[in-house]
Amino acid sequence: MARAVTSQRKAINTAIAWTIGFLIFFPILWTILTSFKTEGTAIADPPVFLFFDWTLENYAVVQERSNYMRFLWNSVIIAGGSTLLGVIVAVPAAWAMAFVPSRRTKDILLWMLSTKMLPAVGVLYPIYLICIELGVLDNRAALVIILMLINLPIIVWMLYTYFREIPGEILEAARMDGASLRNEILYVLTPMAIPGIASTVLLNFILAWNEAFWTLNLTAVDAAPLTAFIASYSSPEGLFFAKLSAASTMAIAPILILGWFSQKQLVRGLTFGAVK
Amino acid sequence: MPIKNALRAATALGLLTATGAFAESHSPTITIATVNNGDMIRMQGYTDTFTEQTGINVEWVTLEENVLRQRVTTDITTKGGQFDITTIGMYEAPIWGANGWLVPLDDLSAEYDVDDILPAMRSGLSHDGTLYAAPFYGESSMIMYRTDLMEAAGLEMPDAPTWEFIREAAAAMTDRDADINGICLRGKAGWGEGGAFINTMANSFGARPVNENWEPQLDSEAWAETLTFFTEMMAESGPTGYATNGFNENLSLFQQGKCGMWIDATVAASFVTNPNDSEVADSVGFALAPNKDGVDKKANWLWAWALAIPAGTAQEDAAKQFIEWATSKDYIELVAENEGWANVPPGARTSLYETAEYQEVPFAQKTLDSINAADPNNPTVEPVPYTGIQFAAIPEWAGMWGQVSQEFSAAYAGQQSIEEALEKGQAIMTEELEAAGY
Repeated sequence: MARAVTSQRKAINTAIAWTIGFLIFFPILWTILTSFKTEGTAIADPPVFLFFDWTLENYAVVQERSNYMRFLWNSVIIAGGSTLLGVIVAVPAAWAMAFVPSRRTKDILLWMLSTKMLPAVGVLYPIYLICIELGVLDNRAALVIILMLINLPIIVWMLYTYFREIPGEILEAARMDGASLRNEILYVLTPMAIPGIASTVLLNFILAWNEAFWTLNLTAVDAAPLTAFIASYSSPEGLFFAKLSAASTMAIAPILILGWFSQKQLVRGLTFGAVK
Repeated sequence: MPIKNALRAATALGLLTATGAFAESHSPTITIATVNNGDMIRMQGYTDTFTEQTGINVEWVTLEENVLRQRVTTDITTKGGQFDITTIGMYEAPIWGANGWLVPLDDLSAEYDVDDILPAMRSGLSHDGTLYAAPFYGESSMIMYRTDLMEAAGLEMPDAPTWEFIREAAAAMTDRDADINGICLRGKAGWGEGGAFINTMANSFGARPVNENWEPQLDSEAWAETLTFFTEMMAESGPTGYATNGFNENLSLFQQGKCGMWIDATVAASFVTNPNDSEVADSVGFALAPNKDGVDKKANWLWAWALAIPAGTAQEDAAKQFIEWATSKDYIELVAENEGWANVPPGARTSLYETAEYQEVPFAQKTLDSINAADPNNPTVEPVPYTGIQFAAIPEWAGMWGQVSQEFSAAYAGQQSIEEALEKGQAIMTEELEAAGY
């Protein structure tokens, strides 16, 4: 009897989980479906769900009008570069905070996080002027550094949390065996924290991929990533919902695929240390 | 080892990124910031023709309207020099021109024939008589209506109807069972959305947003009458949820045959009469925007999307060449030749409306009449200290009227009374205008 109740509860929980999952995914599904409709069908009332004449016309138009590959490449460079650079800077910082804490470590961590509370538009002009002075407006390297700095507090926080779960004794043992600081971080700490580092990398790659304020305001042609690509299909005067949906689908496709293949790693990293 | 590889990859990525900036072409290239609408996208398609004629390459940066404003303003005020040409509207042109942010277009060639630009457009894009932006296309607003529904209602649309007639016709055309709304109008918050429409409607009821001394007038009887008439008419004959409907939402409703009438931008005429997009393309008629009986101002606006050159560009000559090409008579003929006269950018040049072929386009004459009926220097019955019809050409307007229109939309949605909305609007305007020193 108890077994039957458990199965029933399991089924209910599964159904609830699937429903919530579907509801969360529905806007993305709707965008993908709309991208295969004509502009007329896209605005039909009542809306058409699956039974319409599927067309690839919107993708053809978007492909013809925009250099998708250039936007994609810029997104890969900016999101990938800023994440990698961020991790390289954050690993030693998180190591110091986790294993050699001082009286001020907690304050420093909170202060770092507080910088995320500053509205981005508040520093738009200073950063814009600095970019002009350095001649790096519409430049991928500048965006790599800016996005790295913006996401650094989150990277440090995440890595600090993961590192805290690793027993300090293991590092001590490595030191006693003669490992230098560099070797201790590279060959002892990092391999043990790989799940945590992987989920940090993935999460920050997604954050950098979707970042739309700085990537829209500091780019024009050469460094414009996929956020600029989507923005170019938004229209206040004219119905281009199907084309906008096609552009959106093309922009999110790489990150969806990446997320799909790395979901195990992502979940493992996010739940790392959750149960002691 | 994987860590070493990651470090190597990061270094390689950094070098690749840094060197990418130097891999640009050295042929003359101008960068144009623009909005995404049908005419602008069409122009991008003809860019190769310009490049073939001049040897000047063109790069396009297309952005959403509000993002474009923020982006270009930042760039111009900091002298970033990212854009050689920018697409701006009639609101920005005189303000930015007065600030010295734009290159004056006072030396355009004789062949360009600057005098051919429609006087209302030229005036709206100038400051102190100097043209700062060349109109690519211009628009006013007018009534688009279903001729079949009007006929079935036993009514005939006058060339210049009154609001009283519009309300009566809307009620007669409304068929809730068939999902037909007698009238569709903008209620969406935003100075350029519902805020623009209600301002023109108020003009046609004899109201004005401020008096000659910049004192807000939303507490006047004329404003209360405007909003009361609007909300009552929409409750009788408008679509549900009209408080969130803007241009695109109403366009969608009209194209699907769910509106008897729609008062909006003249540029929509080509969309609703296009059989590929509109289910009612064969039965659309046009009339001038209405006015309250006895009031000598119509509820129509004036707007242009125009091309301007930010001050400080390093490519001023090439930019001027492009503007002359894109807003020329030859460009209009190029589009007409390839895509038909109904698809040429309207509302910018007098000569277009003198072209025999264009006169056959069903909405051409009403568009011209609507543009000519709009006077940005004299927009209201009683005098006002600004130019502009659906807006006042002052920098504070967009923010201030955006907030006021949010209060109006809340009243349309039934979240507050009209009196409350007007009272709050009056307070917002008083505070903003006083703070700005008016």
